[in-house]
Amino acid sequence: MTRRLQPVVALLLVAVVIGVPLWLVVATAGKSQGEAVDPDLTPPSSWHLWENLRQVWVDADIPAAFLGSMLIVVPTVAVVLILGSMAAWVLARRSTRLTAVLYALGISGIILPPAVVTVVLLLRQLGLAGTVTGMIGVYVGIYLSTVIFFVTGFVRTIPEALEEAARIDGAGPVAVFRRVVLPLLRPVLATATILICLYVWNDVFYAFFVIGGRVDTLPLNLFQVASAGLYLNNWHLIFAYVILMSLPLVVTFALAQRKIIAGITSGAVK
Amino acid sequence: MTTFTTGAPGAISRRTHPLWFLVPAYVLLLVFFFLPTVFNFVYAFTDWSGFKAAINPVGLDNFVQLTSDGTLFRSLRITIVYAVLVAVFQNLFGFGLAVLLERDTVVNRIARVFFLVPVLMSALAVGYIFQALLKGTGWLADTTWTIVVVALIHAWKWMGLSMLIYLAGLKTIPLDVTEAAHIDGASQWRTFWSVRVPFLAPAVTFNVATALLGSMNGFDIVQATTGGGPARTTEILNIFIYRTFGQGLFAQATTMSLVLFLLVALMAFPVIHVLRRREEIL
Repeated sequence: MTRRLQPVVALLLVAVVIGVPLWLVVATAGKSQGEAVDPDLTPPSSWHLWENLRQVWVDADIPAAFLGSMLIVVPTVAVVLILGSMAAWVLARRSTRLTAVLYALGISGIILPPAVVTVVLLLRQLGLAGTVTGMIGVYVGIYLSTVIFFVTGFVRTIPEALEEAARIDGAGPVAVFRRVVLPLLRPVLATATILICLYVWNDVFYAFFVIGGRVDTLPLNLFQVASAGLYLNNWHLIFAYVILMSLPLVVTFALAQRKIIAGITSGAVK
Repeated sequence: MTTFTTGAPGAISRRTHPLWFLVPAYVLLLVFFFLPTVFNFVYAFTDWSGFKAAINPVGLDNFVQLTSDGTLFRSLRITIVYAVLVAVFQNLFGFGLAVLLERDTVVNRIARVFFLVPVLMSALAVGYIFQALLKGTGWLADTTWTIVVVALIHAWKWMGLSMLIYLAGLKTIPLDVTEAAHIDGASQWRTFWSVRVPFLAPAVTFNVATALLGSMNGFDIVQATTGGGPARTTEILNIFIYRTFGQGLFAQATTMSLVLFLLVALMAFPVIHVLRRREEIL
């Protein structure tokens, strides 16, 4: 009885809880301006999806915002992963009081909220206010703790004998890290990449303080156009924007779904 | 652990795992994370603003002003209420979904993917979707209940992640334990609550802690649905910080940023401690 009912309940729940909001996005993005003023669940009388997508693409200058997002996300992820795993490797392998303290400090950022107002002042003093470099620095400062936490835990599960084999062959620490340790870290780095991409790609709060009005990213751009008079009550354009902005992440997810799910859940439950 | 047993182990790790590997990461942490945090403790006691160049110390003036007009405790209360509501809803939904979709059938696998779509979407987009969906219902214009509605939206966005964690937790339960309970004559209901659920303690710890901390630091969903309204009844700390910063009142924004920092720091340790203790007892 419950066995036969369960798939029906599951599908019904998906249709109502997820399907209705997503349908609202697609239906509204497909409507003409007049029809979309009061957004509801009725299908558009005639579909204008393609025109609306084209209009936001041009009017809101999505290519520039996309470029801004990429210029920030890619270096942030690269720097955070490389520097984070370098530190995590040494923290995991050396057990002194100093490394224990440094580890605790290093992962405190997972819990503690970043000082978002004073970081602006600091960036001004460093001459990095409103720059892509400054934004990358702020994200790196926020997400290094996540990488250090995940990677240190992972390194502890790797037997040190693997490193010693390379060391006996005369490899120095840099060579051991690059040729032995880094390749072994691949699964945990994949997890960290996904999480950090997710946070940075979608962030608007920190971006608003650091680069708001100077450099455009996709969420910042959406925020500005949606709150500015330009798009007031232009729900068809807001949701066309939402579709364009969500597509890269949803497509990546669809392609690597199994790996991503395995990655996100590893480490959360022992 | 190491196979080198002769000589001082410290001397060996100094050569094989040199401390300079820590330097680049910790320099960036110091400059971009710890230094601004230290600044928080300094500039909350100044008159830093967008209207003049000089910054002078003013002692506790900002705190006095923010407490005397009630803003500080009001924002604090709203933030805590919001965080608790989100933690409760997100975990109820995530747990319910995990139990419903536990078996690895085709339908369940497809359903899980759909529940993950909101996790991938930008929180801002989620906020706009529900603003449009609830337009005309008055749900986002009630001074008492809107905070609950916004917390439900926040939970809707993140419940897929909680579901994943609970699913992973359910997978760690050894089969023979549930079988033993069956052989002992325990009902399905009893087996579920007294045998299987206790195994989920680590998943509960992780989910409750991340939901609480994540929502205390929330911004996007509230901004996109209500902007802090109606009548500032959903103005969590980050909304206040955003608003006052935009008005050039940098010292007030910094003061609230410090309050948020202290709130999270003070709540994080007891929350994690209590949840860990419960884990050990179970």
